Amino acid sequence: MKKRSEVLYFTLRNKKLLIGSGIILIFLILALIGPSFTQYKPLDYASPRGAEPPSAKFWMGTTFFGQDVFSQFVNGLRATFVVGLLGGGLGTLVGMLIGFTAGYRGGIVDEILNAFTNIVLVIPTLAVLLIIAAYLQVRSLMMECLFIGLTAWPWAARAIRAQTFSLRTRDFVDLAKLSGMKPLRIIRDEIAPNMMSYLVLVFILQFGGAILTAATLDFIGLGPTNTISLGLMMQYAVLWGALPFGMWWWFVPPGLAITAIVGALYSMNVGLDEIFNPKLREI
Amino acid sequence: MLRLDKVSKIYRVGAFGGKALLAVNKVSFEVHKGQVVSLIGESGSGKSTIGKMILRLLKPSEGKITYNGEDIGGFEGEALKNYYRQVQGVFQDPFSSYNPIFKADRIFRVVHEEFFPQVSAAEWGERVEKALSSVGLNPAHVLNKYPHQLSGGQLQRFLIARALLLNISFLVADEIISMLDASTRIDVLNLLADLKAYGLSILFITHDLSLAYYISEQAVILYKGNVAEQGAVEKIFNNPLHPYTRMLMESVPRLDRKWEKGVRLVDRDVENLRTGCPYYQRCPVAEPRCALSQPPLVEVEQDHWVACVHYESGADVLKPPALAG
Amino acid sequence: MGLKVENLTVYYQTLRGDVRALEHASFQLADGEIMGLAGESGCGKPPLGHSLIVLFPPMKYIAGRVEVDGEEIPIWDAEGMNTYRFRKISLIPQYAMNAMNPIRKIGKMIGELLEARGVDYKDMLPELKRRLDLVSLPHEVLNMYPIELSGGMKQRMVMVISSLLNPSLLIADEITSALDVATQKAVAEMLVEFRERQFINNLIVITHDISILYQIADSILIMYAGVLAEKAPTKSIIESPRHPYTRLLISSLPEVGVRFAEKRLMGIPGNPPLLLNPPAGCRFRERCPLAYERCLEEPPFIEVDKDHFVACWKEYENHAQAR
Repeated sequence: MKKRSEVLYFTLRNKKLLIGSGIILIFLILALIGPSFTQYKPLDYASPRGAEPPSAKFWMGTTFFGQDVFSQFVNGLRATFVVGLLGGGLGTLVGMLIGFTAGYRGGIVDEILNAFTNIVLVIPTLAVLLIIAAYLQVRSLMMECLFIGLTAWPWAARAIRAQTFSLRTRDFVDLAKLSGMKPLRIIRDEIAPNMMSYLVLVFILQFGGAILTAATLDFIGLGPTNTISLGLMMQYAVLWGALPFGMWWWFVPPGLAITAIVGALYSMNVGLDEIFNPKLREI
Repeated sequence: MLRLDKVSKIYRVGAFGGKALLAVNKVSFEVHKGQVVSLIGESGSGKSTIGKMILRLLKPSEGKITYNGEDIGGFEGEALKNYYRQVQGVFQDPFSSYNPIFKADRIFRVVHEEFFPQVSAAEWGERVEKALSSVGLNPAHVLNKYPHQLSGGQLQRFLIARALLLNISFLVADEIISMLDASTRIDVLNLLADLKAYGLSILFITHDLSLAYYISEQAVILYKGNVAEQGAVEKIFNNPLHPYTRMLMESVPRLDRKWEKGVRLVDRDVENLRTGCPYYQRCPVAEPRCALSQPPLVEVEQDHWVACVHYESGADVLKPPALAG
Repeated sequence: MGLKVENLTVYYQTLRGDVRALEHASFQLADGEIMGLAGESGCGKPPLGHSLIVLFPPMKYIAGRVEVDGEEIPIWDAEGMNTYRFRKISLIPQYAMNAMNPIRKIGKMIGELLEARGVDYKDMLPELKRRLDLVSLPHEVLNMYPIELSGGMKQRMVMVISSLLNPSLLIADEITSALDVATQKAVAEMLVEFRERQFINNLIVITHDISILYQIADSILIMYAGVLAEKAPTKSIIESPRHPYTRLLISSLPEVGVRFAEKRLMGIPGNPPLLLNPPAGCRFRERCPLAYERCLEEPPFIEVDKDHFVACWKEYENHAQAR
């Protein structure tokens, strides 16, 4: 009990965490309820006059083609959170699977998995994606999540492996073995709960990383073809001359949002680290 | 009851496991019912490795461990679980033995779930309280608490109570009191001695000679994984023969005797010594032949074995070579 | 002149309030005295030892004064203590083995350390080499990295470094507990040798192992729950302790030669009190078989015999009657 209230105490005092999660929460609410404030679909040609600066009708203006930027922005936010959640989630899951197995088993299993992790780590993801893009005419958001999740796990696996390695030599793991507990149950009930804070951090970093990777992929034209995202907005904006024509309302919001979300996630990461790790607490 | 037969543990270390590290070398001894055997050695002696092999947490590289005549290496599934019903361990660090994020009494629940699922919760609760009382704890004071809210002594008793719930007949006690405070360690030690009176066999792993002498009948002195001396505790303590045992008896700080001055510390350059006596490097009375072959364990008198060239004939028992000077 | 500590009080600050880790500690060391500091975990050994060197948060200076060789030491002033550390008071930390920077050659590290104290490494080198000989370390260690040394060697190296500037007081914090018995004995005997050669004047050996103190200390100070219980010459503490806690503690220690079957030793029932809110009066009261009404007041730490100090009302009364 005492320990829990201590964590709560430091949580409420930690500005980095509070600010970070506040920003994420605002964007999340915007992504969830934003689309119901606009009658335009993100890809519909809403304004016949082409590019328009922000007005009462189009809160964030329109694109070169007369599409509603606000609608694109809030729907793009949704896509961004989906990528973060699914892509980052998948990366965390694969990382946990490989990290726990390698760390707990050790020996030859560890060596094989370690080699595999290193191989995936050095594969040039961009090159692979170019090849995949060349074969697929239509790319969906889910495809992108899958791809990000399946390439981003190696460092998570490494980190989890190292933690598991140090935990499995603790006496309570030996004691669990003496109680006849099966390996899977030992990992789930004895080891993983001890790394919970660590796993949360891994997920947050994977979440932010996935968003950033997705934005990069979208921006260089390797993103999904049948939907809108913040990265795609920026790609279109640059492609259709938003910069030279000074259509700031087209590219500033997505760029700012991506920077803010990723920045907020990293700030949360640092804040959580301080809470979980007493040595970093600022008293 | 429990018997080690030339048990060795070799670790592969270095790149590609190219180097072999001999942690335990052909150790044999037997623990009878209701007997306490002390395994005495300093860090790196392999004493904890032996305990872990008995508990099946490590596999012996060579040799065999048998429990009531059965090779424990063959136990799998139900058979292994059945083995753990009878053989349990308590480790050195009471705080590391508990998962810090759960309440300490969770260890009893795990035993309930894994070994006695048919016992009702109410009856199990009674059994836990009984076990706690028998290790001298007041259930009302210690249940429902986190490990950090309990003292080291209480936590070690918890672990002993856990073993009692299983109705064990053999306990591996690995340095279980070395991290406890002086005023409570003797109580835990006495508890072990009382359990022994009820027929429990104990392997008492320690670096402390006085504790071993206090509680056990038999002792095995280990140096770098090798048995230096073994046999009846009185014989070893009243007449230590191996130079290593004598150095231990000499250097251990005691309250009844001051250190002798002028005992030489020897440190021979023995890089890559593969053959020879394991104690050759530090032995003050080593001879050239000690570097050539490892002396066998010889019974120099009844129930007193020594592995040292000076006693190979068994004749010099009454006159060990002088260490000082 | 030695060391003089008066009414030293140090608390640990926590979220739940002050932990009264050390209160009203007053004692003196004679010239050349080696004092052992013993007690159970949480008895206040570390606060006493560390407050003489550096008080880092959450430790907080509350009251008291410390004199070394008649000069007052500003232990409440972390900056001001820089002048005194190493020169007047020095510490061999508990995990000395890990106290050295692993990526600095040992010689270089010592050079930097000396430079910070305004001492030239070259001038010190001959003396440094003499001391390495004394603890049987080869001179080559100065060109080695800490990682190349064994545990015992590192321990001896740190001993040499801590005492290099001939501090008046050296504090050794649990330095033998991680060593095997042969090295333990060698290290302990070297500490005595340091005193014999007057590298240091006073030595405080902090340990939980009273039998080591019996081997090397001139006097032993027993602490219980943040207060001083008894201080006396080593022989008196071991053979005729006065404080009930010391008596019970000594009698609970197994010796080689005692067997369960022949003599059942007894521990001390109960646990030490929590120091967040310790009971008023004698802190050993609740576990003490002799406790009576007067123990609700805090007993004074008085000299009942020559150099024999005890904080116990029973002893206080016996002493008053005898006079």
